[in-house]
Amino acid sequence: MTDTATTTKTEAPRSQWADVWDQFRTHRGAMIGAAFFVFICLLVTFGPMLWTLEPNYIDIRAKNQGPSMAHPFGTDQLGRDTFAQVLAGGRVSLLVGVTAMLLALFLGTLVGVVAGYFKRLDSPLMRLTDLFLALPILPLLLVIIMLFRDTLRAAFGPETGIFILVVSVIGITSWMHTARIVRGDVLSLKEQEFVLAARSIGTPSRRMILRHILPNVMSPIMVSATLGIATAIITESAISFLGLGFPSDFPTWGRLLSDSTNFMTLNPERVIWPGLAISLTVLSVNYIGDGLRDALDPRIRGR
Amino acid sequence: MKMKTILLGAAAAVALSACAARAERGADGHLNIIYWQAASILNPFLSGGTKDTEAASMVIEPLARYDEKGNMVPYLVDEIPTVANGGISEDLTTITWKLSPGILWSDGTPFTSADVVFTAEYCMHPEGGCQQETKFSGVTNVEALDDLTVKITFDSPKPFPYGPFVGVESPIIQAAQFANCIGADAPNCTAENFGPFGTGPFRVTEFKANDVVSYEANPNYRDPAKPAFATVTFKGGGDAASAARAVLETGEFDYAWNLQIDPTILTQMAAGGKGEVVSSFGTSVERLMVNLSNPSADLGDKRSTLEGGPHPFLTDPIVRTALSTAIDRNLLAEVGYGAAGKPTCNVLPAPAIYASTANDACLVQDIAAANAMLDGAGWARGSDGIRAKDGVRLSILYQTSTNAVRQDTQALVKQWWGEIGVETELKNIDAAVFFGGDQSSPDTYQKLFADIEMYTNNFAGTDPEAYMNSWTCGDIPTPANNWLGSNMPRYCNPEYDALAAQMGQTSALDDRAALAKAMNDLLMQEGAMIPLIHRGDVSAHSNTLQGVLMNSRDSELWNIADWSR
Amino acid sequence: MLNYTLRRLMFSIPVLLFISFIIFLILDLAPSDPTGNLPLTIPPEVREKIRESLGLGQPMPVRYYKWCVQFFVNEPLNIWDQYWGTCSFGCEDRLRVVSYVTRSPVVDLIVQRMPQTLWVVGMSYVVGILIAIPIGVISAYKQYSWFDQTGTFVSMVGFSVPPFFSGVLVIIIFSVQLGWFPSIYDTTLKVVSWDTFMLQVRQMVMPVMVLALQTTAQISRFMRASMLDNLNQDYVRTARAKGMKESVVLLVHVLRNSLIPVITVIALGIPAVFGGAIITEQVFKVNGIGQLLIIGIQGGDAPLVQTLTFIFAVMIVMANLVADIMYGILDPRIRYD
Repeated sequence: MTDTATTTKTEAPRSQWADVWDQFRTHRGAMIGAAFFVFICLLVTFGPMLWTLEPNYIDIRAKNQGPSMAHPFGTDQLGRDTFAQVLAGGRVSLLVGVTAMLLALFLGTLVGVVAGYFKRLDSPLMRLTDLFLALPILPLLLVIIMLFRDTLRAAFGPETGIFILVVSVIGITSWMHTARIVRGDVLSLKEQEFVLAARSIGTPSRRMILRHILPNVMSPIMVSATLGIATAIITESAISFLGLGFPSDFPTWGRLLSDSTNFMTLNPERVIWPGLAISLTVLSVNYIGDGLRDALDPRIRGR
Repeated sequence: MKMKTILLGAAAAVALSACAARAERGADGHLNIIYWQAASILNPFLSGGTKDTEAASMVIEPLARYDEKGNMVPYLVDEIPTVANGGISEDLTTITWKLSPGILWSDGTPFTSADVVFTAEYCMHPEGGCQQETKFSGVTNVEALDDLTVKITFDSPKPFPYGPFVGVESPIIQAAQFANCIGADAPNCTAENFGPFGTGPFRVTEFKANDVVSYEANPNYRDPAKPAFATVTFKGGGDAASAARAVLETGEFDYAWNLQIDPTILTQMAAGGKGEVVSSFGTSVERLMVNLSNPSADLGDKRSTLEGGPHPFLTDPIVRTALSTAIDRNLLAEVGYGAAGKPTCNVLPAPAIYASTANDACLVQDIAAANAMLDGAGWARGSDGIRAKDGVRLSILYQTSTNAVRQDTQALVKQWWGEIGVETELKNIDAAVFFGGDQSSPDTYQKLFADIEMYTNNFAGTDPEAYMNSWTCGDIPTPANNWLGSNMPRYCNPEYDALAAQMGQTSALDDRAALAKAMNDLLMQEGAMIPLIHRGDVSAHSNTLQGVLMNSRDSELWNIADWSR
Repeated sequence: MLNYTLRRLMFSIPVLLFISFIIFLILDLAPSDPTGNLPLTIPPEVREKIRESLGLGQPMPVRYYKWCVQFFVNEPLNIWDQYWGTCSFGCEDRLRVVSYVTRSPVVDLIVQRMPQTLWVVGMSYVVGILIAIPIGVISAYKQYSWFDQTGTFVSMVGFSVPPFFSGVLVIIIFSVQLGWFPSIYDTTLKVVSWDTFMLQVRQMVMPVMVLALQTTAQISRFMRASMLDNLNQDYVRTARAKGMKESVVLLVHVLRNSLIPVITVIALGIPAVFGGAIITEQVFKVNGIGQLLIIGIQGGDAPLVQTLTFIFAVMIVMANLVADIMYGILDPRIRYD
């Protein structure tokens, strides 16, 4: 989005996105959040090149150590370096968190808007939502592992295959809240004067949705996004625990947090880092969401 | 209603004064036990889970138990039948138990041989789905010779006839109570299954399935001075770490079971001084099962079967020896098990008379030797550091169930194998699926669609015959037998089968021990398994609790009548 | 509206039947097995016999039909008989839904678990909502004030820290270090006096705290976002221009119009109250519905999981129906006819 914004900025008639970007830039929280998010992304992408300790290298003599020069975040019960693990785990967790969240958000918004806007589709789509809400998640996961894991692993290799599996599982099982919330808002929006006015001049449905409905349901979507990324990161660790996710020597933030829970009194540093990483990421996404919401609201933008 | 209350009150008063008169039953008040897996039913014939059999063991008892050293102790009889005292017939086909006179059930009725006969009928009923059926294997008839004498007849000579009615898995239930619960009716008897009458030191007052059991002292228990506790709470739920915390750190509970958590954490908790960690060793061995058949997915239906052909590299004895030599078992024991694990090179490490010493070389890790072995056999390192020969790369898929200690072990083993040029991919599977044996799942331990898998197995009691029979050719899981079999390595050696058959006909203990050792050595030298750790059981009790004798061969609560504060 | 409600209720019957079938299908396909948790000393042949004695040998449609009869016919009849003390339609051999693991009627287990789940999870939900709504309102009204910033920080951190971690953390602080609250919930405790009531309160504090943090974080975020959307609407300016009191504007007009997404979220959470909280219940040994469900899943106890999941399905359908009706009340312009 930033790319399009900067390239269109010089054009004479200011596009809507340039306005949005301008507004976004003035939002201090959003800028700090965005900067921090980019920083974390850069850190987990390039960090392992600078901090060259192998995250899975076991140095058993150095187990359960506190922070030191050699291990700034300490070590775990097998003597693996926590800093290297947090860096490596961040790659997976961020990628899974963001992708799964986007997938869930896309599905949820699509179902929610369509169900709220088109009366005829409301009932079938909402009953489908009820069905998905009612599905027993854990047995469903076990079924999915059984049916798809080996196929995906064979087709895309162990890492990509499992990544696709994890992301789609989280996405497919967590879009329903967003759908219900968006639909509720759309139902109410649909009856407001500006929508009625737009419709009376014959605006086609597609344009109505993109131009008038969607921008007005951005705020619950942004909240869902923030909460969704946290849920996705934690759910990933639960899935790995069942044996559906990444192999056990593949660190992720959620797994680091759950593995270190029992070591809380022995080695408090170990718990703090993955917990802090997840919290700060979620917090930064939250501020980005806040800024985006404000930026997309034409009433605020004017001022 | 009122009348009833008064009567009950009076009865209680009488009972109380009677107790007071007879030494000190119930003098120590309340006992809190936590089993982090909750008991779901108190009938061990309908649930063989340790949590269920042990919760029931406070109420219902077998004729004899194993003590903490593995000796048989008479419980409801005066002596253990042997050939010497005439209790076992010369041809080894019958055993006759003489019940102690004067034993009462908790409802006050006398305990007789009819109850013992009924228990056998109950468990041997073909529609009952009795989970302890193996205890009765080979039994053709159980009859009551008189009120206090029971004779069990076997279909063939039984060198070790102590299967039925001995140990925690084979207690006696009351005939009168369970009379309508036999066969297909067994599951419908909720009240009976949740509150069996017993001869043990306690009786059930309230049972909440999968949650908590409340007991009180059995007023009809045979020793008037016992048990020392008046009431017991047997709570379930949570995990091992929180159970340990409740005993060792907060002191809310007196006894916690099966604390398989990181030994460093357990030591730290125990340092608080509120309680003590106790352990004991049974026959459990954590081992790697080596797949001698080919698990390649390309084979379709023949995957991991003997018809599918041998494994591309694990059938090479050098590779298997190298894999075993590269493992530091001492370190695995120290990191994952602490006091509850000893390194072992045998799949049959206990009881002592069966333990072989022929394979102990594996106790010392030697990466250099392992590398030399592989170099010598022509397994040369490729550009990626992984060894290969004739286009076959040493790349292993290593699976096990999900469990923190197992994943640590996997990580360590992967690193060592990496050092000898073997690539390892780790896989962990939810325990309910891995051990579940579902026909449609590719992830069960029986199918073994992997190169190596790790889990623990053991045998109950002290006789290893059935356990050693697991690795005969006939016990290989195949699609034809619905993967029902316990020979996971797909090991098939006529020499081994002959030894197994010979053991079935040998009765002298020393000869049996020699055979068992020979079988163990054969398995180890042929590399069908790579044993890692002889695992113990670890529990904790508060410092105020006395009389706990950790027992891995029977219920941990086997002597709860002797516990006191 | 009544018409709509009735139509929805009628339509939910086939929907629920369909959902029950899908659930059954999933549980049937799932590779967990009721003999999976048994010790390995029990040989495979015996396991096969156990499965047969549980009725697993029958084909899937037959088992589904049996469950339907047991759940939709036999269980209601049983409730009727228990209530009136009668014995109708051959109550002697009426087959109820029986768990594979405990071999006892599933409905009895659920009834037994209900009190602690409602006490702990229900209480935490009520507490969470009661805290969340004012926080959301104030945060939105005073956007970017220190109150808003603190609220944002606490709720985001609270939501990012999962209960398996925060639960253990509070146990270590309040049970191990300070010794204020018990770490193990006593389900046998009966509240009969002030002392037992205080015991009950003490053992509820920590699980309620952990769960309420999650609820508060979630609902306050939606409340805040929705309030912000409405605060800038024209009708708010109109109301203020008319000289209405600020509190009336805020609490009557804005709050009412902002409640739609919040009602949706609350309604989505209500089935979860009855469903218990799997992890928190495990951490504090509350042993309510959530723990029953997870034990059932781990033990391959299909009848138990099927029944519990189906009851949740009913709750979900009903809660969403209530939410839809609430929309109409909050915003009379929304019409479904």
